[in-house]
Amino acid sequence: MLSDITLGQYFPGKSPIHRMDSRVKIVLTFAFIFMLFCAKNLLGLAVGIVFCLVSFGISRISFKLMFKSLKPIIPFVIFSAFFNLFFNHEGKKLVDWKFITITDSGIINMIFLSARIILLVIGASLLTYTTSPIDLTDAIERLLSPLKKIKVPVHELAMMMTIALRFIPTLIEETQKIINAQKSRGADFESGSLVQKAKAIVPILVPLFVSSFNRAEELALAMECRCYNGGEGRTRLKTSKVGKVDVAGAIFTLLFFVAVIYLNQYNIGKLK
Amino acid sequence: MEEFIKTENLCFSYYSQDNLNKTVLDNVSLSFSQGEFVAVLGHNGSGKSTFAKCINGINLPTSGKVTVNNLDTVDDKNLLEIRRNVGMVFQNPDNQIVSSIVEDDVAFALENLGVPPKEMRERVDNALKAVGMYEYRMHSPSKLSGGQKQRVAIAGILAMNPKCILLDEPTAMLDPQGRKEVMSTLKKLNEQGVTVIIITHYMEEAAMAKRVVVIDSGRVVMDNEPKKIFCQVEKLKSLGLDVPQATQICYELKKRGYDIPTGIITPDECTAEIKKLLKNKI
Repeated sequence: MLSDITLGQYFPGKSPIHRMDSRVKIVLTFAFIFMLFCAKNLLGLAVGIVFCLVSFGISRISFKLMFKSLKPIIPFVIFSAFFNLFFNHEGKKLVDWKFITITDSGIINMIFLSARIILLVIGASLLTYTTSPIDLTDAIERLLSPLKKIKVPVHELAMMMTIALRFIPTLIEETQKIINAQKSRGADFESGSLVQKAKAIVPILVPLFVSSFNRAEELALAMECRCYNGGEGRTRLKTSKVGKVDVAGAIFTLLFFVAVIYLNQYNIGKLK
Repeated sequence: MEEFIKTENLCFSYYSQDNLNKTVLDNVSLSFSQGEFVAVLGHNGSGKSTFAKCINGINLPTSGKVTVNNLDTVDDKNLLEIRRNVGMVFQNPDNQIVSSIVEDDVAFALENLGVPPKEMRERVDNALKAVGMYEYRMHSPSKLSGGQKQRVAIAGILAMNPKCILLDEPTAMLDPQGRKEVMSTLKKLNEQGVTVIIITHYMEEAAMAKRVVVIDSGRVVMDNEPKKIFCQVEKLKSLGLDVPQATQICYELKKRGYDIPTGIITPDECTAEIKKLLKNKI
């Protein structure tokens, strides 16, 4: 069913990570990504992996979901690993047989690249697993609010995202209705060539667009009736403050960060 | 009583593409005082929705004047104050809910008005309690029924503490259960002193009001208590309108020579009268 689609893949919970301020979470996620690129040897990388696993453990989100989030990037990881392994000819040659050359730096590069991609995706999905989309847009608006000074319409963008999120289920429902209406009049969406299938989508899209415009107009009217006049002078119902959990999370991340930097001095599996 | 909303010779016309002015409202002069419960009736295209939109300054009069609490809708500076005082609820609950969490949506107007968060929390909770949706405050609107969504929309207006709520066919897209929920909510609010102006197609809803205004081709043709409106069955039918079922039954009985009073609008009154008739027969 179309209506089963959930966007943002949010899993409600009460873990410390769920309770953290979404702004702090976004900042820490970026800090984590930065940490991954600061790690220059295998020890640092191991610290990154530990950080990731521990965070996932704290969030009490099942590890199954972690692997599920990796599924779409597997081909990409394999592809880049393959190129690093066989086409990196720097460093000491370990295998040199006919046209295949594998070097030590090739292997290390491969490990680093794959691990970075995987950890990056895990970190980002942990953010979306533990933060509702509405909190995310809110956090983005507040984090970007300094950009208002250079006339970036931050509030408007956030409002658009909020409304888009709100209308996803409504439009999915509507699409289903239109599909059913077309089917009941004999439209065929399943058989035929790809071109025919694509053509069959047009009679769904046109009414969907028309009704979306109508909805938008009515919504704008309703918003005006509720005194909406842009982002100026607005207050918020939920003013999340940075609390103990957030401080703890920041310290936790900082410790790992320091560890990564400290371990960079060792020469074990150093990235060249 | 103090006139809260007042229209004087209100005219409104659209400029259609072929440059012909289509007059929608023609010399409408009405006034509503604080605490009234008014139903506005009229068949499709009679101008009743346009009239509603004129009251809170979405449509501006082509000629004539509309004032809310002595503020003229033509003046841009007054609009915010007018809209805060006259909240408007539309037909389709889906198209007026802004956020994906019920309480966030109810808070929307207050956020726009810059109400401090602490006071906002209180007003949002009170509004949700007033419409009986407090338990659903953390839900997503897409998971609610039509009646519940419409009640959330009403709560969103209510949170502004408006003096008047204007509803444009709020029950048209609801099932009988949802309609009942919305109407009993409105009745309760009116008892608390909120002016309610409801535009409707359902005569049973109009019968619940204390005053009925009938609009036909942009003119006010009737304006009276429901009892005095609905006893004019023939006139209403000529305007393309129905009467409540209870009134219809009594009207048919009277036509067939039974002694039954006119001006019956609720099912309870109707059953009482029919019981009386049956007793007299025996």
